[in-house]
Amino acid sequence: MTEATEAQDLTAFDIDGKEPIIKYRNVSKSFGDNEVLKGIDFDLYPGERVAIIGPSGSGKTTLARLLMTLETPSEGTIEVDGRHLWHKEVNGKLVPADEKHLHKIRGDIGMVFQHFNLFPHMSILRNCIEAPIKVLGLSKKEAVERAKKMLDKVGMLEKADDYPASLSGGQQQRVAIARALVMRPKVMLFDEPTSALDPETVGEVLNVIKDIAKQGDMSMMLITHEMSFARDVADRVCFFDEGRIQEQGPPSKLFAHPETERLRDFLKSFHMNGNGE
Amino acid sequence: MAWDWNFTLNEVVPELLNVIHVTIMATLGAFALAVVLGLVLALGCRSNKKWISWPTRGVVEFIRLTPPLVQLFFIFFVFPHLFGLTLKPMVAGILGLGIHYSTYLSEVYRAGIESVPKGQWEAAIALNFSPLQKWKSVILPQAIRPIIPVMGNYLIVLFKETPLLAAIGLMELLGQAKSIGSVTFRYLEPITMVGIIFLILSYTASLLVKRLEWKLDLNGK
Amino acid sequence: MIPIDVVSQVLPLLQEGFIVTIQLVIIAGILSFVMSFVGGLARLSRFAPLRWVSGFLIEFFRGTSLLVQLFWFYYALPLLGVTLPTGLVGIVALTLNYGSYGSEIVRSSILAVPKGQAEAGIALNMTRFQRMKSIILPQAFRIMLPSFGNLMIELLKGTALVSLITIQDMTFYITQARNTIGHDTLLFSMLLVAYFIIGYVITLVFRWLERKFSAGRV
Ligand SMILES: Nc1ncnc2c1ncn2[C@@H]1O[C@H](COP(=O)(O)OP(=O)(O)O)[C@@H](O)[C@H]1O
Ligand SMILES: [Mg+2]
Repeated sequence: MTEATEAQDLTAFDIDGKEPIIKYRNVSKSFGDNEVLKGIDFDLYPGERVAIIGPSGSGKTTLARLLMTLETPSEGTIEVDGRHLWHKEVNGKLVPADEKHLHKIRGDIGMVFQHFNLFPHMSILRNCIEAPIKVLGLSKKEAVERAKKMLDKVGMLEKADDYPASLSGGQQQRVAIARALVMRPKVMLFDEPTSALDPETVGEVLNVIKDIAKQGDMSMMLITHEMSFARDVADRVCFFDEGRIQEQGPPSKLFAHPETERLRDFLKSFHMNGNGE
Repeated sequence: MAWDWNFTLNEVVPELLNVIHVTIMATLGAFALAVVLGLVLALGCRSNKKWISWPTRGVVEFIRLTPPLVQLFFIFFVFPHLFGLTLKPMVAGILGLGIHYSTYLSEVYRAGIESVPKGQWEAAIALNFSPLQKWKSVILPQAIRPIIPVMGNYLIVLFKETPLLAAIGLMELLGQAKSIGSVTFRYLEPITMVGIIFLILSYTASLLVKRLEWKLDLNGK
Repeated sequence: MIPIDVVSQVLPLLQEGFIVTIQLVIIAGILSFVMSFVGGLARLSRFAPLRWVSGFLIEFFRGTSLLVQLFWFYYALPLLGVTLPTGLVGIVALTLNYGSYGSEIVRSSILAVPKGQAEAGIALNMTRFQRMKSIILPQAFRIMLPSFGNLMIELLKGTALVSLITIQDMTFYITQARNTIGHDTLLFSMLLVAYFIIGYVITLVFRWLERKFSAGRV
């Protein structure tokens, strides 16, 4: 079997002839003596949706934060669209990247946080146009137009002039999704976007993400504990444990026929907790 | 005029060290007064009798918004007229700084008292403690522990305020430095050395307070 | 009974001093505010030597007391060949002292803004400067307002010390007047009330600012 067909077996997405947009190669991350990620190799194809599942503390968030440049890798390389993220090539040698380089590459990535992280001192609309104006250099008119379209998409347009504190958690997260989308990243990271929500508002956020997944051709990395959501949306599911990808494959296969004992145990615990499934 | 080491080491430093106990006595005396009076004010402000709480709050606010220097002058120059007693600078100084900082400490006590969980107040009622017993055995011991470092910081602030007492003629560090200067016509060395003594003592004390804070923190809440 | 003639004699003096006191509060207040931001940001700089130098200076001006600094600038500095106008000595000493306290207010308020806010800024690819300007500082500013209100009260009270180096503020005029007029009780009571009024106005201004800057937010 060639490498390409091997990769194709792991995902329901058609990767025929495509190059990965994200490549993690032998990436490790330690906090002090605590090695959180242990030599990760991971690819994400343009347009592919990958769900990342696994017990808490297994390193899922850290994996995403490395790509968002919120943490520095201890070892290994990450490539975004053929360019190194954490390194610059100088005379054919890789040297650590500076802030200017990170700024150039980072524009391809967007992230939705577990705790939304909306800017409390700005209106909903202002939250969504601040970066487009300042970072992308759009005119205010263009930015407002774009932002309103996205707010409409997530069903939050009529709250455009409100402040974050007056919204429910689910509404805040929808705004946070719109805010990230306005930047038109090629890859979106979702770090447990519904874990901090009241149960009754989880559904509205998951539906918004599903819609986006259906419409766009954006790559997505979805860290989640919602198993049925992962099955519906993802082309591929990665099971993380102890800083390693223990098992991955298309959701139909991975959920129905888990190969490792760990994944079986993990899925069983979900079943009993009544989350997802 | 250049710095004269001989003058500094042989005249200035010994003469300053001679009066350092005056500064320290004023600091400790005023702090002791502030600690006691601050608690009285804090309890007065919380009283549910309006004829106690309102005037207390007014007095606290008035003292807090007016300069300690003017309060010192008031005590030193006006008390003799009002009460017919002439105060020594040290006594007036302890009264003035003590009263001024008692308003700060009353705020600190208030924060400490409010940090005692509601359940503790209810437990004290459930056990049928008298109001005095409740405060003495349940509330205050819990309220004071977390505020000890803050009180330590106010001790340092108060210490740095004692040079004010030179204005009413107390021969503390700064007063002494000025008098050395007026005799020798050299102000540079004495005043600089006073600054350095304050810096050393207040910085050392702030390190001690940090350690204390850390220690209290380690043993749980 | 309050002797009206004494009051009418003292009020013009108090008024003269009042203007000087207000000038000191406003000028040293604005300069301290500026220094607070410069000092607070320097303390948080990525450039280590800048952190050390600013940290040392701030600790220095906080650790030596205000009156000692005033006396030093007034009595000692001229002996080193630098003679500043007395009014400037007052402003410089007040600014260095309260600006140092203010630096700590700015520093701790910036650190009090949740980390997720800066991270959201990174995720939106904002530069360091943009994050500081439009995300961190506006939120930190709200946190620091009450502390700045207290600092301005401390500054007001600190201005009384300049009378001891012959700057003609309210306290200076009153301590002079008592030598000629007497009536200690009345004079010092009027002085205390004058400070109280200014202090109360400062309190009201900062309450208003706090309300204004929390508009629209819960
Ligand atoms: N900033 C940090 N400093 C120290 N340890 C951290 C930090 N961030 C994460 N960790 C540790 O790394 C491990 C993995 O964390 P994380 O990536 O958040 O896992 P997950 O998202 O799968 O729950 C945990 O043990 C956590 O305590
Ligand atoms: Mg996580």
